[in-house]
Amino acid sequence: MSLSITLMINGTQRTVDLDDPRVTLLDLLRERLDLTGTKKGCDRGQCGACTVLLDGRRINSCLALAVSQDGAEVLTIEGLTQGEALHPVQAAFIAHDAFQCGFCTPGQIMSAVGLIQEGWAADDPERVREGMSGNLCRCGAYRGITEAVVEAQRSLAQAERKEAA
Amino acid sequence: MNRFDYVRPATVSEAVAAAGVPGSAYLAGGTNLLDLMKGGIVSPQRLIDVSRLPGLDRIEPLPDGGVRIGACVRNADLAYDPTVSKCFPAVAEALLSGASAQLRNAATVGGNLLQRTRCAYFYDPASACNKRQPGSGCDARGGENRLYAVLGWSQSCIATHPSDFCVPLAALDAMVEIEGQAGRREVARKISTCCPALLRSARACWRRASSSWPFAYPAQRRGSPHTPAT
Repeated sequence: MSLSITLMINGTQRTVDLDDPRVTLLDLLRERLDLTGTKKGCDRGQCGACTVLLDGRRINSCLALAVSQDGAEVLTIEGLTQGEALHPVQAAFIAHDAFQCGFCTPGQIMSAVGLIQEGWAADDPERVREGMSGNLCRCGAYRGITEAVVEAQRSLAQAERKEAA
Repeated sequence: MNRFDYVRPATVSEAVAAAGVPGSAYLAGGTNLLDLMKGGIVSPQRLIDVSRLPGLDRIEPLPDGGVRIGACVRNADLAYDPTVSKCFPAVAEALLSGASAQLRNAATVGGNLLQRTRCAYFYDPASACNKRQPGSGCDARGGENRLYAVLGWSQSCIATHPSDFCVPLAALDAMVEIEGQAGRREVARKISTCCPALLRSARACWRRASSSWPFAYPAQRRGSPHTPAT
């Protein structure tokens, strides 16, 4: 059985023929489209390493069947930079040393981008910790991660205010 | 994960007809089903993708003050819906107390009610579990079971229902509308009766008499995700 799906991935339309409906969005990205920035941690929806934005919302790509997402827009860590310029969340992660080994970092960053878009955490560290609770970090870089998300939220809000003015 | 066929029907009646084939399972958000399939706990031969069925993703306020919730509404969309968070804060709080933001963005409320038990013995293929293998027994009864049912258990099973969302629905006397091979009907929110059918919607009724219940006005925790940021 061949299933053809079309996805808009990081702004580029990609059509893929799936020979097997078992392929998850995560495996499609990593194994078939060479977008290996999205990581496979637990593969069971618990660690958040595979977080991507699907139609603008953060999800665990390991628990999404690719075939079921036909027509969707996907944003991965590879699509976050604007040319050479880092996304404010990426810059904040570096500034706050918000990682050690870096394996969970793409998922953390995509989750933070999703959280900031959702808008309910603002720059309250406790809300940020709750909002980021779907992303585990075995190195324990949580303090830096929280600081980075708070700062990124502030700088993005400031940029938005400037744009509005 | 076992091999399976994938079908995506265009209408509810097509979906119900497709589910008449033995070995079929409905797929919506997939957050519970794919997890179970990866663990080899369930192995459906055919997945019927109901995630895009028209009309099942709506939240409709009703004239009597209640609300009708489509089965394919995402958990996060229901929790952050202005009517629901204002008039049914227990529903919002229950949804936001479960899983993670990523899972709540994908999981549907219909799937939430129909999710399988989270009993560790159900998830362990080496253990006896009547829910996974009827007639095999219940290893949870003599095992690590301090988190399992105190009320309402039987000799066959001591698992608790896994849905947080289900608790306020029960408290609000919600009705669940289901559709199966025998047509459409409404049932009081008793999950065990509606597993084989396609869940269409849940309708929560606002009862003035219940307004002093802790369920109706949960304490607002600092950092509670659905309270507006100050």
